[in-house]
Amino acid sequence: MKTIYFDNNATTKVAEQVLEEMVPLFCELYGNPSSMHTFGGQIGRRIKRAREQVADLLGCEPSEIIFTSGGTESDNAAIKGTLAALPHRRKIITTRVEHPAVLTVCRELENHGYTVVEMAVDKYGRLDLVELEEQVDDDTALVTIMYANNETGVVFPIEKIAELVTDRGAVFHTDAVQVMGKIPLNLSKSNIDLLSLSGHKLHAPKGVGVLYVRKGTRLSPYMLGGHQEAGRRAGTENVPGIVGLGKACELAAKNIEQENSKVKYLRDKLEHAILENCPDSQLNGDKENRLPNTTNISFEYIEGEAILLMLDKYGICASSGSACTSGSLEPSHVLRAMGVPFTAAHGSIRFSLSRYNTEEEVDYTVEKMPQIVNQLRKLSPFVAK
Amino acid sequence: MWEYTDKLKDHFFNPRNVGEIEDPDGVGEVGSLACGDALKLTFKLDAKGKIADAKFKTFGCASAIATSSVLTEMIKGLTLDEAAKVTNKDIADFLGGLPEQKMHCSVMGREALEAAIENYNSGGKKKHELEGNVICTCFGVTDKEIERVIRENNLTTVEEVTNYCKAGGGCGGCQSEIEKIIEKIQGDKITEVPVSALRRAGKLTNIQKIQLIQQTINEQIRPALRAHGGNIELIDVDGNKVIVAFRGMCARCRLTEFTMKDVVEAKLREFISEELFVEEDKESAQQPHNHRE
Repeated sequence: MKTIYFDNNATTKVAEQVLEEMVPLFCELYGNPSSMHTFGGQIGRRIKRAREQVADLLGCEPSEIIFTSGGTESDNAAIKGTLAALPHRRKIITTRVEHPAVLTVCRELENHGYTVVEMAVDKYGRLDLVELEEQVDDDTALVTIMYANNETGVVFPIEKIAELVTDRGAVFHTDAVQVMGKIPLNLSKSNIDLLSLSGHKLHAPKGVGVLYVRKGTRLSPYMLGGHQEAGRRAGTENVPGIVGLGKACELAAKNIEQENSKVKYLRDKLEHAILENCPDSQLNGDKENRLPNTTNISFEYIEGEAILLMLDKYGICASSGSACTSGSLEPSHVLRAMGVPFTAAHGSIRFSLSRYNTEEEVDYTVEKMPQIVNQLRKLSPFVAK
Repeated sequence: MWEYTDKLKDHFFNPRNVGEIEDPDGVGEVGSLACGDALKLTFKLDAKGKIADAKFKTFGCASAIATSSVLTEMIKGLTLDEAAKVTNKDIADFLGGLPEQKMHCSVMGREALEAAIENYNSGGKKKHELEGNVICTCFGVTDKEIERVIRENNLTTVEEVTNYCKAGGGCGGCQSEIEKIIEKIQGDKITEVPVSALRRAGKLTNIQKIQLIQQTINEQIRPALRAHGGNIELIDVDGNKVIVAFRGMCARCRLTEFTMKDVVEAKLREFISEELFVEEDKESAQQPHNHRE
């Protein structure tokens, strides 16, 4: 059975060209860039090139790029590193819809006596910037707000937020792991101080990420040890991962147009057809300000895990905000923050596409979805006879 | 991804006995949309008092659907006395086992069966009612139900209780209550150190006392407030006076006074010292971030 992969916000396929760049670094060029011999030392050039490739995509200086082990580490390093560098400030502002890599860290800091403000969102998943403005005060060390939401694809007006926050003297961090290669960035013209990104969300391998640190931003190192990454992130470099990420950024820059045309076209087609053909279904999120590849749809009266398993039978991969899929007992914190009723949150399905998806895959899914929904609704006690 | 047995998958993809029996002898409805799963079980008896037919309708995940399906198969041909003896473990065993976190699905099946039998015995009048006192407000689970899953499945940890009946799986505010119930039933079988182990020491230094207050707020008080969209912050400790500020929903809640005495002060006294008393920090209540949403 063919796999139809619509779960690209979870992880993506490694691009063939990315893998090609990485392969020699395992058995041939396996040296340590910190070594004094040429065999190891030559690897440094590969890392330098990857740093430039990433900087090109972000529109920043290569020296502003720190390689990490992934999005979660970047988020941890940004948040804890900022607080350690600004010990006199005790307040953090974030949102209720952040990824756990940010939200859990903030809530833990609350246990250490920090004041944490979690901004609410409206029913479309949007923030109130006036309220944010009121919140940022002299005690605020850090504002950390995601660029785009992984579950709904809703994009926040990050440039405006960054300006507002930094004007008031606080540091601004954004988790941008879902945005890379989908929304063009130019950090040299931005007020963003810190930005996290993750390799495996843009066709590079898992286990590598980036923290962008704007020149002049005070940040205490989070990982201590050797002198790698100019003393800002210790640990022998994940050379194949870094090189792969560099290549993936180069490809992302080339494909950004396609993401916003072809991928968006497929997403829109899929979304429109499902909403049209499945009664009692609704879109979650802000239709206007959204990633081009993501759609989140709720199906009333049925439960997400059951839908996913039915889809899985046809080789279709998606994800759900239902409680049952996470191992917890409560549905998605993002949908609940948006005030999506429990009934709809339990039956929510996210499709996230990539440039590797085809129109046939969309058509096939559109054909299967109403059957699955009908089949499960026949079992549901909440559907009127 | 969950590890489901082939039998479970079979009952999910090809559920048996779907629907509602017209003019049934017994109806059992348990669960709700909000809880994430719900089951309506109907049955009809034959002339000899045996279950001639049983049907179900289920809202829920694959294991909820499969346990419902298998339950209808299991009870057909049984007398009501025999059916009443079916335990959640029997249902799970029939499927070749369930993932631990999904055991509550088998409990839901057993509850629906009980409710349906109860409904029959009351001449079709009685609807399922909660018995005992509600311990877990998030999922509406009573002490009676918790005691029962502990006994029937020989559970010894809060996590297991959550897996079996959801209690404690929402805000977590009732976990220490659940611990007490486990302790009462299992006594010396408990090997794990409970989270709410008595930490009250003899004489505390000021630093130890403040740390213990912060820890108690973090672990015992904040989770419960969070569940209702609120929060609490420790502002200062002055002798036995603990100064706190309420945030979020709590800041605008008229029950603040109640929360402070009944929840915050009670917990601090339980875990640290009977002499502690709580005051709300008025100054920080004026700050803008207390009036959001």
